Amino acid sequence: MTHITVTVDGARYADDVEPRMLLVHYLREVVGKTGTPIGCDTSNCGACTVLMNGESVKSCAVLAVQADGADITTIEGLANGELHPLQRAFHEMHALQCGYCTPGMIIAAADLLRDNPHPTEREVREGLEGNLCRCTGYENIVRAVQRAAEAGATS
Amino acid sequence: MIPSKFDYVRPSSLDEAVRALADAGDDAKVIAGGQSLLPLLRLRLANPELLVDVGGIDELRGVTDEGDSLLIGARTTHYQLVHDPLIAEHCGLIAETAETVADPAVRHRGTFGGSLAHGDPAGDLPAVALALDATLIARGPGGDREIPAADFFVDYLTTALEPAEVLTGIRVPKLPGWGYRYEKFHRTAQAWATVGVAALVQRSNGQVANARIGLTNMGPVPVRATAAEDAATGAQASRDSLRAAASRAGEGTEPPADLHGAPDYRRHLARVLTGRALAAAAGV
Amino acid sequence: MTAPTVAHPAELGRARLRKEDARLITGQTNWTDNIVLPGLLHMAFLRSPHAHARITSVNVSAARQLPGVIAAYSGADFADEQGSLPCAWPVTPDIVIPAHPPMAVDEVRYVGEAVAVVVARNRYEAADAIEAIEVDYEPLPPVLDIRTALDEDSPKVHEAGNKSFEWVFGNGDIDAAFSGAPVVVERTYRQQRLIPSAMEPRAVVAASTGDEVTLWSSTQIPHVLRVMLALVTGIPEQNIRVIAPDVGGGFGSKLQVTAEEVLAVLITRKLGRPVKWTESRSEGNMTTHHGRDQWQRIRIAADSDGRIRGLDVDLLADMGAYLMLVTPGIPLLGAFMFNGIYKMDALAFKCTGVFTTKMPTDAYRGAGRPEATFAIERTIDELAVELGLEPLELRARNWIAHEEFPYTTIAGLTYDSGNYEAATAKAKELFRYDELRQEQAERNARNDPVRLGIGISTFTEMCGLAPSRVLGSLSYGAGGWESASIRMLPTGKVEVVTGSSAHGQGHETAWSQIVADQLGVPFEDIRVLHGDTQVSPKGMDTYGSRSLAVGGMALVGACDKVIEKARVIAAGMIEASADDLEWTAGRFSVRGDPEKAVTIGEIALAAFAAHNLPEGVEPSLDSDHTYDPDNFSFPHGTHLCATEIDTETGMVTIRSYVAVDDVGKVVNPLIVEGQVHGGIAQGIAQALYEEGVYDDAGNLVTTTLADYLVPSAADLPSYVTSRTESPSDNRLGVKGVGEAGTIASTPAVVNAIIDALRPLGVSDVIMPCTPERVWRAIQSAQQSGATS
Repeated sequence: MTHITVTVDGARYADDVEPRMLLVHYLREVVGKTGTPIGCDTSNCGACTVLMNGESVKSCAVLAVQADGADITTIEGLANGELHPLQRAFHEMHALQCGYCTPGMIIAAADLLRDNPHPTEREVREGLEGNLCRCTGYENIVRAVQRAAEAGATS
Repeated sequence: MIPSKFDYVRPSSLDEAVRALADAGDDAKVIAGGQSLLPLLRLRLANPELLVDVGGIDELRGVTDEGDSLLIGARTTHYQLVHDPLIAEHCGLIAETAETVADPAVRHRGTFGGSLAHGDPAGDLPAVALALDATLIARGPGGDREIPAADFFVDYLTTALEPAEVLTGIRVPKLPGWGYRYEKFHRTAQAWATVGVAALVQRSNGQVANARIGLTNMGPVPVRATAAEDAATGAQASRDSLRAAASRAGEGTEPPADLHGAPDYRRHLARVLTGRALAAAAGV
Repeated sequence: MTAPTVAHPAELGRARLRKEDARLITGQTNWTDNIVLPGLLHMAFLRSPHAHARITSVNVSAARQLPGVIAAYSGADFADEQGSLPCAWPVTPDIVIPAHPPMAVDEVRYVGEAVAVVVARNRYEAADAIEAIEVDYEPLPPVLDIRTALDEDSPKVHEAGNKSFEWVFGNGDIDAAFSGAPVVVERTYRQQRLIPSAMEPRAVVAASTGDEVTLWSSTQIPHVLRVMLALVTGIPEQNIRVIAPDVGGGFGSKLQVTAEEVLAVLITRKLGRPVKWTESRSEGNMTTHHGRDQWQRIRIAADSDGRIRGLDVDLLADMGAYLMLVTPGIPLLGAFMFNGIYKMDALAFKCTGVFTTKMPTDAYRGAGRPEATFAIERTIDELAVELGLEPLELRARNWIAHEEFPYTTIAGLTYDSGNYEAATAKAKELFRYDELRQEQAERNARNDPVRLGIGISTFTEMCGLAPSRVLGSLSYGAGGWESASIRMLPTGKVEVVTGSSAHGQGHETAWSQIVADQLGVPFEDIRVLHGDTQVSPKGMDTYGSRSLAVGGMALVGACDKVIEKARVIAAGMIEASADDLEWTAGRFSVRGDPEKAVTIGEIALAAFAAHNLPEGVEPSLDSDHTYDPDNFSFPHGTHLCATEIDTETGMVTIRSYVAVDDVGKVVNPLIVEGQVHGGIAQGIAQALYEEGVYDDAGNLVTTTLADYLVPSAADLPSYVTSRTESPSDNRLGVKGVGEAGTIASTPAVVNAIIDALRPLGVSDVIMPCTPERVWRAIQSAQQSGATS
């Protein structure tokens, strides 16, 4: 077992974990953040995307031990008293149906807008190339990200 | 889905990392960003007994201007390769290529050194390192070693690194005035390159003075398309001449057969993409 | 007394934002894998690495010894109680339905079939433990190609042979249609095997207390599953509770009764502790049922002016190794749609269901109708070329004209309504059809290495499954009704209990809209309950684009009954005669004296208090309704796709995509448009990216999302969507939409590819139209010197 200290959505946690424990399992099962789902085993789908030290990462492709000392934000920590502009935009543009890809998609979009506050449609699509959705066909997701960008969401 | 058990150490210095690897023999693997290794662990295609995490070793980070060359720390992430001002200015081919790797989240974690040490010929950066004639620097129990890229990629997923060696940095020449292009052909945005072509061209008046071509996924290791390079050298810097030179791009390659292409199709793609990459690199 | 109508429905057609979203955008979700119960144990399955083998021994003793392992079982341990996974659709009287044990006992017949299971303290220990199980196999030859599986010398998947059934259907004189026909076109198409790939992997949790067992499952069919579990396991139905919590997509893949669900139920009862199983994506690619997989031989006969005389369809359908819940019926759902939107004198259809040593196939978005639409829309384009007719012109000469609805087709279905002319005209305009044809001609003239193609798909589909009588005539095991209950709470709020089972479709929102209109109650005051057989005891669940067309009608019927009960009580409250009362927007008032009125909320409170109800009147407004449709609904549309093809590499890019769909009246246009977008994406993916591939040894090669290419936003175009509106004849005028986009889009894309490459001599490319396949088609056409 390895001892790690991780900050998740503003709260600190100290745990002994097996080195092989995936960060996503640590978040879901040890920290209790079930808002971040798991969709695949080859880091293609992006459902598990969280922010780690401000950058998007696929939490199934990070070991919990690699997150020692890190500051993680999950979908559950994105709103700050009120909905994040991306959350609001996804709702207003009907950018989700079953919602399974949504946490990862929103986090990935947040990272995209941090890097590129006014993306073109092409840049939005490419910025979300690592997040798969089976329900929406992406049309409304792209519209939502552009809408959030217009509203001035930069992180 | 769930890796086999392994032990884990996170040394704070390079020498500590080398010692840990030396003690473990063949059963240890280095983990940097883990973007290549973790999927293998999760599918239990790799089952090391010890992971040596170089994530805490500062010596492996940073990009240094050495005058004629850049020294890029092995732990430089793909994202950093895309955004680093020195790389953008002096070695744009690396930045352009790194931006095509996987997706943004993977690029935040995956590293230059990790990609090269993993030695997957379907990865984009090995062919670039080869085309640049980069020098790979490793630290082992016996000290530092410099390995030319041409000698580094030995076989499929096998590099010249000894089990107890850690790749510390990559030296790339600046090649001022050379044009470059990475042509990546893949079925979807996230997909591996079916074939990729890294081209560097030095022009002299209306001619190609020098050409370097590295091929992705055309064999068990990245390949230099030397026949095409020779044909391009001295050729007119025009689309038609470069297309003609590119017709030799498939020579000496052993492309794999898989869902995305049989060998003959891949050789054809290599020819077409090399023509396009050379033209773009030559600015025509 | 005629049912009250809603004079000015405020909610019908309104783009209401969804009630579901609040929890989904903040991660306050309830996926099955989130569920934690005291004492929960984790199951992991050991699965066959062979496509076909006899199991000679299974030794779980080493696994049982490992730390954290509570139990380990082989198929033999469950042989007596596990029964057979059901097939609820025996399409012919002599159909071969092999026994299908949830855990294999003597023989495995596909890679991934469950052979043993461990139950451990956590998922990590379970994953380790399965590696300690020893299984001896005697490999047997795989059967991988349905085209040769019926040969004399083919190895057999089952004792009874590789043919499961042969189903024949026809109308009109097919021989007369073909004999003497000036033009006959014959084509063979491949509908490749697809892996549905919902984003949420399957998961189950089972817990038992005494006689009762509760199963949470990522399922589309909690009600059907409950009945089936009772039949398979013998556990009394009333002691089984099935809950579909939040479900992350289904697309038909979760319309199933699975080995893992049955075994979880048996194991929790055996151990007396709750158990959970969650599939990994690679496990799921192997063991969640697959879609499509047909070889289609199509012949069409026409007059020289293009009028279609007859259509002859001969299908080989890959069942996989076993028949699962509705496996054999899927190709038959398309049987009545091969004629599409066209009139003709005769139709002949034959389907042979064939076993292979692969994962069984079953429902996947469209379920039989995409296969049919692909065949007819591709063939129409081929026929147009043969005749030298413009492809839209050929369609117009054969389609059912707007004035002819309702129209009974050669397949015997009566299409309720439609306007193919209007949808097509609108699509052409949005697509800039004439401009693109012009550009195409110019590119062809200068031999541009990047060619432009225009693909057309004019489709209809039969959905809103289904009139129960029709299902009975097809030997389907269940009915097609849907159920709803309305509960009027004393504080004036409303609880709606629906038998539909949403997994992304927005029923909580749309059903609130319907009830808000019908009862005149605010949208916000309505709560929709679903998915738990203890909360929603009656239903036929969600698939086949049925929930609005059938479930929505059940709601309307229940609302009618509430209003009628309310009328009687209102009459007492206002002291007027029930016949003198008028109902509008949530209140009853006296005809001619609108001030004398009472709201539905006041009536509900009065019913609750029951102080002063008329003699013999029940103190309740609550009402149920079960609705059985008398017909399918027939949405239709015209989709146009422009593809650019880099002939040097074979890469296909969609330049523009226009969809004009007619789904009748629309409750929520956001939801409808979203369904169209998502449907189109999956259809494009079939055309260009996806295929479930087995190698020569019967191993699934495309086990991960790295190999099975579900496209991202970067790989798909933007869609231009629009609608026409031809109401259906149900009370809301609505049709289904869930599958329409997928049904339409695949042939639109492939027709566009062929249209681009015809000048180079190409007349077909097998799906998925990968760059390599496109390139080879061009090479092969050029080598054989074929140009046109």
